[in-house]
Amino acid sequence: MTDDNKTGDGKTYWLDQPKNQRTVRVSLYVACAILVVIDFFVHRHIMFAIEKIPAFYALFGFVACVVLVWIATWMRKFLMRGEDYYDVEP
Amino acid sequence: MWSPDVPAFVPLYCAALLALFTRGWLRVAIMLAAPILGGLHLLGIEPGVSVQLQLLTFDLEPYRVDRLSLLFGYLFHIAALIGVIYALHVKDTMQHVAALLYAGSAVGAVFAGDLVTLFMFWEAMGLSSAFLIWASRDERSVGTGIRYLMFQVVSGLLLLVGLMWHAQATGSIAFNQIGTESTAGWLILLAFGVKAGFPFLHNWLTDGYPASTPTGTVFLCMFTTKAAVYALARGFPGTEALIYVGMTMACFPIFFAVIENDLRRVLAYSMINQLGFMVVGVGIGTALALNGAVAHAFNDVLFKGLLMMAMGAVLLMTGRMNGSDLGGLYKSMPITATLCCIGAASISAFPLFNGFVSKSMVMSALMYEGYEYVWLAMLFASAGVFHHAGIKIPYFAFFAHDSGIRTTEPPVNMLIAMGIAAVACIAIGSFPSLLYNLLPYDYEYSPYDMTHVLTQLQLLFFSALAFVWLNMRGMYPPELRSTNIDIEWLWRKGLPRLGRGVVAACRAVSGSLGTAGSAMLKQPIFKATRNNLQMALARNWPTGSMVMWVGVFLAVMLVAGILSTRLS
Repeated sequence: MTDDNKTGDGKTYWLDQPKNQRTVRVSLYVACAILVVIDFFVHRHIMFAIEKIPAFYALFGFVACVVLVWIATWMRKFLMRGEDYYDVEP
Repeated sequence: MWSPDVPAFVPLYCAALLALFTRGWLRVAIMLAAPILGGLHLLGIEPGVSVQLQLLTFDLEPYRVDRLSLLFGYLFHIAALIGVIYALHVKDTMQHVAALLYAGSAVGAVFAGDLVTLFMFWEAMGLSSAFLIWASRDERSVGTGIRYLMFQVVSGLLLLVGLMWHAQATGSIAFNQIGTESTAGWLILLAFGVKAGFPFLHNWLTDGYPASTPTGTVFLCMFTTKAAVYALARGFPGTEALIYVGMTMACFPIFFAVIENDLRRVLAYSMINQLGFMVVGVGIGTALALNGAVAHAFNDVLFKGLLMMAMGAVLLMTGRMNGSDLGGLYKSMPITATLCCIGAASISAFPLFNGFVSKSMVMSALMYEGYEYVWLAMLFASAGVFHHAGIKIPYFAFFAHDSGIRTTEPPVNMLIAMGIAAVACIAIGSFPSLLYNLLPYDYEYSPYDMTHVLTQLQLLFFSALAFVWLNMRGMYPPELRSTNIDIEWLWRKGLPRLGRGVVAACRAVSGSLGTAGSAMLKQPIFKATRNNLQMALARNWPTGSMVMWVGVFLAVMLVAGILSTRLS
């Protein structure tokens, strides 16, 4: 996700290399996959009916965050003003 | 060390007084000694200590120790110690004195056994903390500090009117469960609500926190809101309305946090979100929920303080606080970045970090009591926390695209303060009995079972996956230099516009009178409108007149109160 390297002090850091960024992302994907697989083998305590959906928490987490970002981005349309909005008259 | 009857705020107040007259190493020693000795002394105090005195016709109880107040007493001493260490390099006497008075007032408030004592510390907290905003000594902080103080004073006034009304009706000023059966109860609830950041009353947090100094904000975020949570837990446990208020608090700020650029304001919104979990806990009112609420208040001081300290370090070293200007700082501030990530993991409630062990209590309590929709909303808020505080804060400050800024780690005292908070976050998260043993209500709870750990990890990892996905697709909203309109628009834009409109309308009326009517009529009306209205809106009000109006306001409320009790 860091787009270029060798800025500032000219050194290249571990996360500057696209290869390593990919490693981080792939580890996340693997962890997510493992967590979903475990869901099918472990008995969860269920309190509400909605929790019976397989991998409910995983689905909910993903959908919630996407919806959150979509709505927040849309809110910018009518909430966003210039940085000095309150400093200038009326 | 000293008599158990000496109220716990005394050492901190004494240190504030001494800090005024001392400099250098002596002052450092005094500032460190007050929270350390005070905290150690408090460890030896048993619940049940009470100091009572008679003032006029009031039975005051300025010092009352029970398990609930003791927990917050420990917490505020830890908070004061962390804050003091973090600010040790600062030479500004005003900030040190204000910070110690502020911490002392918060300690005084949680040990207040009656409402009059509570009111005095309540106001002292508001006033002393406003100086931490003014300590920035720039143009912006003056206005912000005044707006901040207005909220604090209004909260105090509501409390004062409520307590007088309450005393009139019940004949007692003791601070125990108040409840919302009477109007007085609602007034006191509203007073606590202002300081707890209820929706529409929350603006002093998002306005005030980003305006203070790097060290001042750390103090600001630790005391006022937690004292309010304590007051709610003491006065209004099991008030069902609080569940819905808390749910709103947990949900609405996360949208603002996602699009906010100033990272300290992101943390202020995040604070309201976390307070939502505590308020919901108080609203449920069962032993588990109340334990969860106060435990979460305890943990929030540690992880929110840690995040605020990390941002303060960034601000001090780079002079910048906007996400749009930062990025790539892990290269020159690796220790700060690591500590910030620990704070982020804690607030996101990762297993083994302290947010997990307290938030799950509130979530479990919601499940046990069958609040399915509230629970779903809080689950949404949990995913949202990770998104804006857990990922956004560290990502835009320390990673993301390299801003090219190269700096160094902050002063060592700042690193030590952050280190203490980080160790506490992990210690409580990994050994929850450290905190559970201090909780005020008896309830056996174990956060670490298969279901909890698995479901929480699924929620968090897939939230992270959503962040990566949105980012890769270019759908994540970029950090933009901007202001987002919030409720403050009403008094910062709406009211001034209305005032100008009224003046313009009066001018127009007097103008048309001038052409149509006689000069005899025109002159006095024009003069009157110009002098009165324009002057009224434009001149600097003397403090005396404000006090008078406060008095009038109080008198009206009092008369109304007395009448209502006489008539009923």
